[in-house]
Amino acid sequence: MGGERNGHVEKSTILIPQVKFTKLFINGEFVDSISGKTFDTIDPRSEEVIAKVAEGDKEDVDLAVKAAREAFDHGPWPRLPGSERRRIMLKFADLIEQNLEELAAIDAIDAANLYSLGKMMLINNGIEQFRYYAGAADKIHGETLKMSRQLHGYTLLEPVGVVGHIIPWNFPTQMFSMKVAPALAAGCTMVVKPAEQTPLSALFYAHLAKLAGVPDGVINVVPGYGSTVGAAISSHMDIDMVSFTGSTVTGHRIMQAAATSNLKQVCLELGGKSPFIVFDDADVDKIAPLALNACLFNQGQICVAGTRLFIQEGIYDKFVARLLELLKTWVVGDPFDPNVNQGPQVDKKQFERVLSYIELGKKEGATLLTGGKPLDRKGYYIEPTIFTDVTDGMTIAQEEIFGPVMSIMKFKSMEEVIKRANSIKYGLAAGIMTNNLDTANTVSRSIKAGAIWINCYFAFDNDAPLGGYKMSGFGKDMGMDALHKYLQLKSIATPIYNSPWL
Amino acid sequence: MAAARRISSLVSRSLPLLRGGKQINGGRGMYRYSTAAAYENPIKPPVSVQYDKLLIDGKFVDAASGKTFPTLDPRTGEVIAHVAEGDAEDVNRAVSAARKAFDEGPWPRMTAYGRQKILLRFADLIEKHNDEIAALETWDNGKPFEQSAQIEVPMFARLFRYYAGWTDKIHGLTVPADGPHHVQTLHEPIGVAGQIIPWNFPLLMFAWKVGPALACGNTVVLKTAEQTPLSALLVSKLLHEAGLPDGVLNIVSGFGPTAGAALCSHMDVDKIAFTGSTDTGRIVLELAAKSNLKPVTLELGGKSPFIVCEDADVDQAVELAHAALFFNQGQCCCAGSRTYVHEKVYDEFVEKAKARALKRTVGDPFKAGIEQGPQIDGEQFEKILKYIRIGQDAGATLETGGDRHGTKGYYIQPTVFSNVKDDMPIAREEIFGPVQTILKFKDLGEVIQRANNSIYGLAAGVFTHNLDTANTLMRALKVGTVWINCFDTFDATIPFGGYKMSGIGREKGEYGLKNYLQVKAVVTPIKNPAWL
Repeated sequence: MGGERNGHVEKSTILIPQVKFTKLFINGEFVDSISGKTFDTIDPRSEEVIAKVAEGDKEDVDLAVKAAREAFDHGPWPRLPGSERRRIMLKFADLIEQNLEELAAIDAIDAANLYSLGKMMLINNGIEQFRYYAGAADKIHGETLKMSRQLHGYTLLEPVGVVGHIIPWNFPTQMFSMKVAPALAAGCTMVVKPAEQTPLSALFYAHLAKLAGVPDGVINVVPGYGSTVGAAISSHMDIDMVSFTGSTVTGHRIMQAAATSNLKQVCLELGGKSPFIVFDDADVDKIAPLALNACLFNQGQICVAGTRLFIQEGIYDKFVARLLELLKTWVVGDPFDPNVNQGPQVDKKQFERVLSYIELGKKEGATLLTGGKPLDRKGYYIEPTIFTDVTDGMTIAQEEIFGPVMSIMKFKSMEEVIKRANSIKYGLAAGIMTNNLDTANTVSRSIKAGAIWINCYFAFDNDAPLGGYKMSGFGKDMGMDALHKYLQLKSIATPIYNSPWL
Repeated sequence: MAAARRISSLVSRSLPLLRGGKQINGGRGMYRYSTAAAYENPIKPPVSVQYDKLLIDGKFVDAASGKTFPTLDPRTGEVIAHVAEGDAEDVNRAVSAARKAFDEGPWPRMTAYGRQKILLRFADLIEKHNDEIAALETWDNGKPFEQSAQIEVPMFARLFRYYAGWTDKIHGLTVPADGPHHVQTLHEPIGVAGQIIPWNFPLLMFAWKVGPALACGNTVVLKTAEQTPLSALLVSKLLHEAGLPDGVLNIVSGFGPTAGAALCSHMDVDKIAFTGSTDTGRIVLELAAKSNLKPVTLELGGKSPFIVCEDADVDQAVELAHAALFFNQGQCCCAGSRTYVHEKVYDEFVEKAKARALKRTVGDPFKAGIEQGPQIDGEQFEKILKYIRIGQDAGATLETGGDRHGTKGYYIQPTVFSNVKDDMPIAREEIFGPVQTILKFKDLGEVIQRANNSIYGLAAGVFTHNLDTANTLMRALKVGTVWINCFDTFDATIPFGGYKMSGIGREKGEYGLKNYLQVKAVVTPIKNPAWL
C-alpha cells in the first residue's frame, strides 16, 4: 500500500476563507428560503459542518422560476446583441480569475477537490469556459435554405427560454460553468440547483455574475435536495428545459418528471463505466500512470472514469506490476496538502457505498490486489483499490462505483475487447492505448461511447463536446454543440416572386 | 454634447446595429452651418505622433534606403510627420521576419486559447487608449473625431474581440467516404499573409484584415495607405504590448508601386488581401498570377444603388440615403452613390434631399457636431471637383453644392445632382466624394435592370416596407450586401465583399476566416469499420 498520510497531515498553511454566501440567490438578491430552513454542508476531511445553507424547496423554486421567466420574457438578457452578452461574460471570467484562490479553497473544503489542482486547473477550466462561450455568443448562425419552390426560407436559432440546471458535487466549479456559460451565451435565463453536498461555490459565482453585470433574474441559484428542489425544477410547468448531470437513477426520474409535466426538453449527462483498453504495443511506462489517473482522479468521482481496465494478455503482467509500483508513491490525504494525490470521498453516503462495492467485489470472487479499506482516520478516506480476475458479469464490472476502485480484465483480441467493452448499459467514454493506426481507427468507431481518447485520457477541451451514448445520457456539454442545446430552431418560409435563381 | 448626439444619431441611423439597435432621433431641423471660420484656425489635435518608422520583427526601424515621406493633415495640407518609406528591400525584411515567425515561431504553435487571450488583451488596451487612437485617426484622415472616437475605435475593439472568439472554434470536418476510409479535413493557417489597406477607414480596414489572419494563426505583412500610415503603427505597438510575439505582425508604410507591388509579387508571401480601387485590384491580381499564384482577396470599388420605392416614407428615405452617400465625406467603397427614387415620390425626395445636404455641417473634424470633414488629399479633392464639372456638362441638374468649401484644406460642399441619367459618368464611375446623384424610376423590373447595369456589385440599399418588394429586390440585385431599410450596417459578424468587378472573396464574419485558412484533407483506410 502506498504512502498515505494517515492522520499525519502537516497543519494546513492555506488560510481557509470564511464562507460569505449561504442563502438562496433569486432575482439578483441573496434571500432566506421561504420555510426559513437550512441544511448543513460538511467538510469531508473532518466530517464537521462548514456552514448552514438556506434550504430551498418547491416554493423557492417557484420564485426563482418567476424571476427567470420575467428576465427572459421581458428582461434585457435575450434582447442584448451577442457582442454585449460576450462583454459581460468576459467580465465575469475576469472576476473569477481575481477570486481564483478563494474559489479553489471553497471547492476544496466543500467537495474535497485537491486545492493545488483547483488552483492550477479546475477553477481555470471554469474561467476558460466562460471565455469560450463569451466568444460564441455572437456566433450563433441559422441558415438560409434551398427551397424547392418559389419560397424564401431560413432558420433562426432562438434561446430556448428558462433552463433548469441540476448539477452534481464532484466538480462544483466546472459543472457550474459547463452548464451556465453556454446557456448564458445563448441568451437563456436559468435556475441552478447545486448539489446539496457542495452548494458554496455556485453561490459565490452568482455573486460574481451580478458584479459582472448579468441582469437580475438571469441566474438564480437554489441549493437544496433532489427530492424537493430537483423535483420541483424537473416538473415545473414554466421551465423550458432541464439540463442534468448526475446519476443514471436520477436521470430516469428527471425525464419522467419532464414527461408528466410540460414535456420540457431534457439533457442528461449520466453515469459511466468507461473502458480503458491497453493493447500489447502500448508503452507500459507511459500508459500505466495514465490508467491509474483515469480511474483514481478526484477520488474516482468522475463520470468518465476509466474504471474497466482491459489489458491485452501480452503485457498484462508487466502492466499490473507497474500499476502496483506506481501506487507506492500515491498519497491519500488532506486535499490542501500539495503532495496529496487523493482526498476523501465527498460524504458518508458515498464513502459507505464505495466500501460496500468493495465487499461485493470480494464476495463475487474478484481478487483484491491492493487497498480495499478505509483509512484509519477521521474523514471519508478510502485506499486506492484494485481488483483483478474481474469477469464482465460481476457487479463491480457493470455498475458505477464512483470511488477509487479499479477493475482489471485481461483480453486476447481486438474483436473480443470491442464486444466486451460494449457489453454494458453505459457509453460515456473510452480510452484506447495503441500506436497502431488501424487498431485505433477501428476501435474508435466500434466503441459505443460519446468520447474516445486515444493514447490520452480526460482530454477535455472547451471545443470538444462531451456526452453519452446509451444510458449515459443524451445531449452534449462543452463545445459548440452545448451552445446549440440551449437554442431552438425556428424555420421560416415566405413566397418570393420573380427570383432570378432558386 | 448636443453635437455629439447629432453625430451619433446620424450614425445610428446608418449603422443601427452598432448602437445596440437603439434609434436615437436627433432633431434634424437643428442643423445649420455657417461656411465661415470652422477651418480657418485648425484645432490642435490632442495627440502627438510617437511612431513613424516601419515595424519589422517587433522593432521600429528606419527604411533600408533611409527615405521618408510626409503624411499630410487634410484640413490644411500641412505635414503631420515624416514617415519611413518602405520599398522592396523593406518588404523583403518584413516577409522574412513573418516567414520565420510562422515557420519557427510560437504564434501558430500556441494554443488557440493563448492566441485568444492576447487578442482580448489587445482589445482592452484599445479601449483604454480610445481617444488617443481616435485623435490620430482623425488627424491623419480628416474624418470627424466623434465618428472616430464613438464609432470606429469601439468597432475596432469589437472586431478583435469577435475574432478572438473564433480562435478556438475553427472547425474542420470529418467526411463520409465512398468506401472504408476515415476522412477528415484540417483547417490550417495559410502562412504569411500580405495585406494592403486603403486610407478611408485605416483602423477598421486594419481590423478586417489583421483580426481574422491572426485568429487563424497566420503571420502578416501589412502595407498601410501612404495617406494614412499613423494609426496602424500606434495600435500595432499596443498589440505587441498585449503579448503578440515579434515578427507576427509587420507594418511597412509606403507606396503602391513600390512596397505594394513588392508584397504582391513576393514569392514567399502565401496570401494577399487588398482593399482599394478596382484599377489597383487588377494589378494586385496580375502580380499574384505572375509570381507564386498566391490566393487573392479583393475588396474594390462600387457604385451602389440606393432604391427608394413608392411606398417609402420620404423623410426617412431622404435621411438614410443622405447618410448612405455622405458618410465619411463620401469616401466609402459601398457608398449609396446611385439614388434611384420612384417617380411618385421623386420630386418631394429631391427637394428634401437638397434641403438635407444644405444642413450638413462641414468643418474642422475635431470640432464637436461636425458631420463632414475634408477629403483625404489634393488628388481626391481635384478628382471630385472634376466629376462635379462633368456632371454639370452632361446635363444633370446641380441642386446644391458643387464647389470647394472655404479656401483652405480639402473641404467640398455637400453636392446633390438630380435628373441624372444612367449613362452619365457620374452615374457610372466611382466618385468617392460628397456627391449624391438622384435618378428616377417607374417600376421594379426596370430599376432591377438599371441597378444591375454596372461593372460593380458591392452593395445596395432598398427602402420599402413591402415584404414582396424587399424579397424580390434582395435576390435580384447582383451585389454582395443588401441593406433593407438601413445602410452601412457593419457588424463584425456580417460578411462583406463584392460581386463582379467589386472584388473577390468576403471579409468579416465566419466567411472572413476562409481567406486565411488552408484546407487539408486527410484520408486513411479503416479496417472492419463498425459503420460507414
